[in-house]
Amino acid sequence: MKNSTLVIFMQLTATVALTTPGLTSSALAATGSANKTLSYALSTEPPQLNSLKSTDTESFFILGHTMEGLTRYGKSGEIVPGVAEKWTMNDQGATFTLRKNAKWSDGKPVTAKDFLFSWRALVNPKTASEYAFIMYPVKNAEAINKGKLDPKELGVSAPDDYTVKVVFEKPCGYFLGLTAFGSFMPIREDFYNSKKDRYAADAGDLVYNGPFMLTKWTHGASLALDKNPNYWNKDRIALDRIDIPYITPDNNARFNFFKDNKVDLLETLNKDDLQKAQAERLKMKNFADGTLLFLEFNFRDKRPTANKNLRKAIASVFNADEYVNRVVGIPGTKAGLGLIPQWLRGSKDLFRKEHPMAARKANVAEGKKLIELAKKEMGVTSIPPLVWLTGDTPLSAKEAEYFQSLLKTTLGLELKIDKQIFKQRLAKMSAGDFDIVAAGWGPDYSDPMTFAELMTSWNENNRGQYKNAAYDKLIRSAQATAHATTRMTAMADAEKLAIDDFAILPLFERTKVYVHHDRVEGIVRHAVGPDPDFTMASIKTTKQ
Amino acid sequence: MLKYTLHRLLTGLITVFFIATITFAAMHLVPGDPISGAKAMSPEIRANLERKYGLDQPVLHQYKVYLTNIVKGDFGISYTQQNRSVNDIIRDHFPVSATLGVLAILIAAFGGVIFGSLTALFRNKAPDHLIMFLVILGISVPSFVFAALGQYGVTELNRFTGKDILPVGGWGTLSHMLLPSLVLGLGTMAFLVRLMRSSILEVMNLDYVRTAKAKGLSPMRIFLGHKLRNAVLPVITVLGPAIAAITTGGFVVESVFAIPGLGRYFVQAVQQLDYTVIMGLTVFYGSFLVFMVIAVDIIYGLIDPRISVAKRSAV
Repeated sequence: MKNSTLVIFMQLTATVALTTPGLTSSALAATGSANKTLSYALSTEPPQLNSLKSTDTESFFILGHTMEGLTRYGKSGEIVPGVAEKWTMNDQGATFTLRKNAKWSDGKPVTAKDFLFSWRALVNPKTASEYAFIMYPVKNAEAINKGKLDPKELGVSAPDDYTVKVVFEKPCGYFLGLTAFGSFMPIREDFYNSKKDRYAADAGDLVYNGPFMLTKWTHGASLALDKNPNYWNKDRIALDRIDIPYITPDNNARFNFFKDNKVDLLETLNKDDLQKAQAERLKMKNFADGTLLFLEFNFRDKRPTANKNLRKAIASVFNADEYVNRVVGIPGTKAGLGLIPQWLRGSKDLFRKEHPMAARKANVAEGKKLIELAKKEMGVTSIPPLVWLTGDTPLSAKEAEYFQSLLKTTLGLELKIDKQIFKQRLAKMSAGDFDIVAAGWGPDYSDPMTFAELMTSWNENNRGQYKNAAYDKLIRSAQATAHATTRMTAMADAEKLAIDDFAILPLFERTKVYVHHDRVEGIVRHAVGPDPDFTMASIKTTKQ
Repeated sequence: MLKYTLHRLLTGLITVFFIATITFAAMHLVPGDPISGAKAMSPEIRANLERKYGLDQPVLHQYKVYLTNIVKGDFGISYTQQNRSVNDIIRDHFPVSATLGVLAILIAAFGGVIFGSLTALFRNKAPDHLIMFLVILGISVPSFVFAALGQYGVTELNRFTGKDILPVGGWGTLSHMLLPSLVLGLGTMAFLVRLMRSSILEVMNLDYVRTAKAKGLSPMRIFLGHKLRNAVLPVITVLGPAIAAITTGGFVVESVFAIPGLGRYFVQAVQQLDYTVIMGLTVFYGSFLVFMVIAVDIIYGLIDPRISVAKRSAV
């Protein structure tokens, strides 16, 4: 699952030490320290670094360090000024004032034209960007992407070199958060055109306006990011270098690199690693990475899961807490409540606090009654085996087996597990070739809408084709205003409809456990935005 | 000889053509496509991508374009690494896999011949039993277990000594290659030991060995000049395919030791259904294997004067 990212605020980085108390805030990195290099291992290499085409975590991680949009993500995921030093926003649009001292790594100034160029290119159908949709809140973006209008018609203009004016298609309450997202980064037209298809293919094929520059990229092997001497805020950057000496998907290997002191951070520990880390007495921290995992039911004709009582029966026998402990087994993992995860903010406080949702209790007796009801409604004496579509990870297998035995013992339901590799699973999901699919969703931006829109009838990611006119109407009304309370209330009402309809069964909100060496501090983790974020990290000076 | 070689090369080319065609068909039969991602796309965005990659064209047309490009030596641009050509990927990463593979094969071949001879010489004695026990381990334990164990061992060793005795992973110097190539060669070595053992035992009691003994040659000369030279032939036969298998099959070892080899790209390409990379690497590897088999057949003839490849081709 690609955790494409963007965030506005939230205290995700509030870390919890699991074994021993957390880091004590001792000396900050002092200037003049000889080695201000942080080392890190990537699981896969970024496919390329053209922000118009990036969709994956690794690319957004590198771009978040080497590029800067109008805004950027702060320590707690809040939006802070980037190339723009100030802005004004209303229902119709936004105006950003750019700082005059923002420069590209070759010394040329960053101007409004660089934003105009990349934003227009993103929605240009010739670019064929997968993330073009993220620009749709801007006027005419969708029409341009569909080939109906010229890219020049995009609702963005530059009255002068240091002003970016945006006109919205419809009010967009979360637009500011989007401007920090990778797809909204500036690109310099002259440089882009000079590189043609090679743009961002190698370290020398990019020009940077962020805190770091990619200085080395040996494909498949290693990367290195050095501090950008032309970055306007370079005095706030404590690291001289981010070294990525290893790229490997092997978790075990990355754990060994960490033990061997070759990397400073191990960004995620799986269940097996946890025991090893405990044995090593490593200080573990955790954070919610923003992803919600859930079961999606198939609502297409003739699918048994189109029957509400069948879905309700399955939900009745499911005990989320037991599942989180026995199957997921990552400390700090929250059982899923609704469609909108608990880390997202509402109008003033956390969305979930403003719109509480009671945890569902398992009730096997009720489930048994419901399943009989479902059989009667379907006019069958026994329900045919349900097709459970899932991925090929160890967790998917464990999860499938858990539900197989749970549904068999409580409801007498048979599950036929269909384990598929990534692409085949996608194809089967889109084709509706399943009854239940173990799915997940990572946020594109930090607003409940990134989740709430999922179950609308027009969303291609609604793979079960759940359709509810009342739900659609509520979401449309939330999208028609930038007024926070109105939007949040509409989304909360919609969420309640979907949950009461058992459109999905929320399983859990993913938590990642990570460890880092004591010599580093200030590593920030984001649910939305470049993760991990080293722009605020520093190396502690040690007494010799 | 020349005629034979040309004949083999021609059949080799036909084989490669079939490999390309079957891969193309299989790839398009599998559900899914290279452009779909975890997040579904709107039909417009999808259409934009399909147009860009020519996936909106009929499959037969794609096949034609594809074959024409292969003949020109152009495997196309990767779908996942959108601005790298498959030719770039092969050029950058095959040398790494090949270096690793050649080292592994050297270790395997020398180890196989030496240990295989030892088991034969000490037949049914302690060294034989010990080596054969290890051989069974080597054959039955998959390489990822050896890789993980080896890496764990080195990590602990470095920690225990407080020095960097051996790198835990990465690529660049000979010390980086040592452990991975040993791990990679282990399975083949075990196989070769067994082959070598039975092969030596076979020639042990043949007439020419007895004659050599009767002539009063020293045991060492008999072993080197008569037994080994004849017994090593089967080893050379399997070496060709083994080189290809090792050079192409290093995915697990490459990923454990974070080595930028080609194997990893191949596996990733299959998972991502990256059509151009799958096709390019299959054709490349296919040609490599075919070429290795031909090369070994020719070398075989040179080593063993009893076999005349030219004559065989006339049949």
